Amino acid sequence: MNAMTTTTVAAATSLRFPARPIEGLAGTSFKHEHLPAIVAAGPQRGFFEVHAENYMGAGGPPHQALEAIRRDHPISLHGVCMSIGGDGPLDKAHLDRFRKLVARYEPALVSEHLAWSTHETSYFNDLLPLPYNAATLGRVCDHIYEVQQVIGRPLLLENPSTYLAFRESTMSETDFIRAIAGRTGCSLLLDINNVFVSATNQGFSARDYLADFPLAQVGEIHLAGHAEQADDEGALLLIDSHDGPVADAVWKLFAIVIAECGPIPTLIEWDSRIPDWPILSSEAAAAQAILDRASVVLREGRDAAA
Amino acid sequence: MLPLERSSYAASFASALIDPEREAPAIVKGPAGKGVARRYNVYRNNVTVSLIDALAAIYPAVQRITGVDFFRAMARFHVRATPPASPLLFDYGRDFPAFIARYEHARAMPWLADVARVERAWLDAYHAEDTMPLSAEALSAVPPERLADVVFIAHPATRIVSSPFSVVTIFAANRGEAAQTRIDASAPEDALITRPDLDVAVRRLPPGGAVFLSGLIAGQSLGDAAAAAFLAAPSFDISLGIAGMIEAGAFSGIHFGEA
Repeated sequence: MNAMTTTTVAAATSLRFPARPIEGLAGTSFKHEHLPAIVAAGPQRGFFEVHAENYMGAGGPPHQALEAIRRDHPISLHGVCMSIGGDGPLDKAHLDRFRKLVARYEPALVSEHLAWSTHETSYFNDLLPLPYNAATLGRVCDHIYEVQQVIGRPLLLENPSTYLAFRESTMSETDFIRAIAGRTGCSLLLDINNVFVSATNQGFSARDYLADFPLAQVGEIHLAGHAEQADDEGALLLIDSHDGPVADAVWKLFAIVIAECGPIPTLIEWDSRIPDWPILSSEAAAAQAILDRASVVLREGRDAAA
Repeated sequence: MLPLERSSYAASFASALIDPEREAPAIVKGPAGKGVARRYNVYRNNVTVSLIDALAAIYPAVQRITGVDFFRAMARFHVRATPPASPLLFDYGRDFPAFIARYEHARAMPWLADVARVERAWLDAYHAEDTMPLSAEALSAVPPERLADVVFIAHPATRIVSSPFSVVTIFAANRGEAAQTRIDASAPEDALITRPDLDVAVRRLPPGGAVFLSGLIAGQSLGDAAAAAFLAAPSFDISLGIAGMIEAGAFSGIHFGEA
């Protein structure tokens, strides 16, 4: 308790960055190779998302770059290896590194995945799937409680892209995620490309999934590109590759969600075969245009009601 | 405390992830009765390829020297034998230089493991804590009669790699875009790796320099470290040694050993 109070006071007195609201904005993954182009363009409308683990070194150019970005823009801190869906306890040292980053950079959003990546002493560097049942639900909720307790703020939990199913699953993914949000009070990061990838791979309708998803809890959206492979039967198997532009079908689903929910901070994820900054930036501008249309509709609705 | 009832899905799922000989675990299935082999392989492929990519990012000069196919085959063996123990990938691959030294197909390149050691030290320096390096003024303020007793505090980024091969020359020739030239690999070289500000620097130390700096880093006084350096290399020049280490930003402070 004492430690908690001390942390809060320290954070309040050591505020190093201006508050940068993220509401209604589109953003992009932050890649170091884009830093010169971003700095040259000056402060711009939009946010940047970073993978937390890339900034867990003690010092050096990564922190210098992130400080430069954070001064002028809201950032979203996206953890990729907390192993919230793992069947062992959370890594306390890793959780503490995560807490320090949240305190240091005061991100507008903090998110993690419904997945696991560490088992016993091995780290697999992939977002691995878990069965959905009462036992795993309880453990995932315990893990999210613990993270939220340590960082002192709600987490956004991201839905995974999946390629297979577990025999021991007893719940649908949307029921599982709704129960997590209900029990832990966490927000949700809706990755619409993941929905599309999983729907194709698992043979369900992406529209049905979204209709069943607790959209009221969504605090951020991810859009990304995917790649095509074949499954054992030669049918289409989509890979969540983040290595190209967002697919048309994913843009359509995004427009449907935004029309229903209003503008939600939306990230263009592009992590591999990274394009020049103007290409990534224009992909974000396309998302921003859809968000801005929804903002106008929202304002007109409010004006009409007033 | 009661033992927690642990579901074994992670153990089952992980069991075949880095072993291509094993079938997909029985706990997973494809949708609507479909096969699961290629679906499970997506994860298996992500794990192996992303970890090979991580090693390629840490060891670009090694990859440039060996060529991409050789490197990825060598890295694949290492990834499967030694997966990361930490989620921080910039910490991965500490055992890779030793693996290269044992790797049968790399025997024709006996200097390759030492080039990898320099690259590993380079990345450690890159991520090290930011600290102001020791200034020449701070050292020149020490009264001459006390100079031999000065003890130096190593800058967090400072690393030394000693090699019986031309490791600095080979490293430098393979980290840039410059065209490759023929290098005599047989001249012993010691590397000093520092990062006083934002840029990592790799320097070749003069004879005796590595003994001198290693002694100082280990906490020997200036007098003792200099004596050891003269013993190792009679040509060792102490004033050049001190000027070089200050210019490189190898240390961050001094005291007189009473700490």
